[in-house]
Amino acid sequence: MSNIFNSMIEWIDKRFPLTSNWKAHLSEYYAPKNFNFWYFFGSLALLVLVNQLITGIFLTMNYKPDASQAFASVEYIMRDVDYGWLIRYMHSTGASMFFVVVYLHMFRGMLYGSYRKPRELLWLVGMCIFFVLMSLAFTGYILPWGQMSYWGAQVIVSMFGAIPAIGETLQQWLLGDFTLSDAALNRFFAYHVVTLPLVLLVLVFVHILALHETGSNNPDGIEIKENKNPSTGIPVDGIPFHPYYTVKDIVGVVVFLIVFCGIIFFAPEMGGYFLEYNNFIPANTLQTPDHIAPVWYFTPYYSMLRAVTVNFLGIDAKLWGVILMAGSVVIFCFLPWLDRSPVKSVRYKGPYFKIALTLFVISFFVLGWLGTKSPTPLYTLLAQIFTVIYFAFFVLMPWYSKIDKTKPEPKRLQE
Amino acid sequence: MKKITIVAILILCIAPFSVYAAESGMPLERAPVDIADNASLQRGAESFVNFCLTCHGASYMRYNRHRDIGYTNEEILEKMVHTGQKVGDLMLSAMRKKEGEEWFGVAPPDLSVIARSRGADWLYTYLKAFYRDDATGTGWNNLVFDRAAMPHVLYQLQGEQKLEVNGDQKSLILEKPGKMTPAEFDKFVGDLVNYMVYLGEPHANARKELGVKVILFLLGMLALSYFLKKEYWRDIH
Repeated sequence: MSNIFNSMIEWIDKRFPLTSNWKAHLSEYYAPKNFNFWYFFGSLALLVLVNQLITGIFLTMNYKPDASQAFASVEYIMRDVDYGWLIRYMHSTGASMFFVVVYLHMFRGMLYGSYRKPRELLWLVGMCIFFVLMSLAFTGYILPWGQMSYWGAQVIVSMFGAIPAIGETLQQWLLGDFTLSDAALNRFFAYHVVTLPLVLLVLVFVHILALHETGSNNPDGIEIKENKNPSTGIPVDGIPFHPYYTVKDIVGVVVFLIVFCGIIFFAPEMGGYFLEYNNFIPANTLQTPDHIAPVWYFTPYYSMLRAVTVNFLGIDAKLWGVILMAGSVVIFCFLPWLDRSPVKSVRYKGPYFKIALTLFVISFFVLGWLGTKSPTPLYTLLAQIFTVIYFAFFVLMPWYSKIDKTKPEPKRLQE
Repeated sequence: MKKITIVAILILCIAPFSVYAAESGMPLERAPVDIADNASLQRGAESFVNFCLTCHGASYMRYNRHRDIGYTNEEILEKMVHTGQKVGDLMLSAMRKKEGEEWFGVAPPDLSVIARSRGADWLYTYLKAFYRDDATGTGWNNLVFDRAAMPHVLYQLQGEQKLEVNGDQKSLILEKPGKMTPAEFDKFVGDLVNYMVYLGEPHANARKELGVKVILFLLGMLALSYFLKKEYWRDIH
């Protein structure tokens, strides 16, 4: 039996680099042995991606991208398609959990300086994945064609209209019409099920390639490749990804699935955060809802969009909102060059960085909470203050990361 | 480091439950919802067809789906289908959209998922909060939904209520009793709202039942995967 197996592998290896890739990426890919809780979210993001692709295919079989039929076709899936409700909830919960997982994955990078040299490109590819993910979430949220789908999209699309000179033309080009209508629904459907998933898959592949070139960072933020066993050439603090991290990630996957299934089966609306109550009202082009709120994962940026209320520096308030909103996401790309600390990991960074990171996390949550509320003068003031804190984390980083009192990094990984 | 982890998890757990503030100032009464109670759902279904379906549709729902609540196809045809439709048909309204616009100013909304957008408590309070108001076109007004386009369809059952304003305090007083006592009417509306909750998501019971099995399976998997990991990692550290 094992003989047949071996000769089969041999046959394949002569025609395709199977064994060499297995070794390079799994059985002889050496990962630091001290990965903690925060290191589960990369593999979990991959899991959610597969979930979205598979459930998405089945939804596509029954969904109708037509303004007059879209809402009804979603309810058809929920009622008349066998286990359609399960597929739909897996997809809608998966969308939100994708962001939970990716936000935690990014936060891990910020904690342990995973964006620092030599992983700048890895970080940038990751940011591209994040942009595509946001586009996927946006185009996907339009598809049920409920009130929030429609009016939320209206807000986003009108942002393009705020761009000087080309704004209006660009907006019409994107929509394929003068207003948000069936034409836009059709093209957003095409982006959501073909274009963006393809781009996402390629980027994820590149992300993993880049990771396996530099090797994984770790909670100590030191390079395990700098300390190799001279006789074997293997990092002394490294262990093969397979089987050690494959079996460890399985535990992470099961824990994640317990949370995931808990939501799917017992709280699929998640109190109006994963599925908004107002999106159970079919889109009505003539009736603007009193209160438009995006899904939770966009609310921090939505707060910043609304935070600017006056024109200044000769720029319109609305355009400022768009600039801030775009800037709040794009600014992550500059992290590798903003951080001037001699150490990577928060474990050895000084108090300034810890305070800055804490304030940043607080501002992210406060802005997120404000984004779900109707604006009042107090809320707008709060949004302005926390927008400043949010940006200060990045803009002041070259200064506070340089003067911070850091601790010396260890030579070997700490337990 | 541990602290950050714990705080992050706590925030992520709590955040989704700080439910959106209610829009209306009127405190809502708690609707007696139990979608596992088939007797209540059947009473609600019959009232729904008799009182609501004349003007409103439930056009994403098929009649024969009601086998879920303990009916047979024959019972469905006998008790629910009064418009000559087939048992596999969608629950369409007897009224045309245009007629609704002419008669009420707006077409009555489809009720298939109304319990998911409005919430059971809102529906329960709303259906009980109609009062006489000569200033409106229909002669009725509503404490929860000011100037609702819908007249008080259930007034023969509930009777007629009058609004009493006492400073900031608004209350409704039963002026002319209807065919039902207030307790009977509460139960009637309770069953009706319970049915609309079922109507919003007919598979909710199946969802929860399957969920228990899935979670139990995963807990078993968790034990297995944990010991597998421990076994493999014995030689590390």
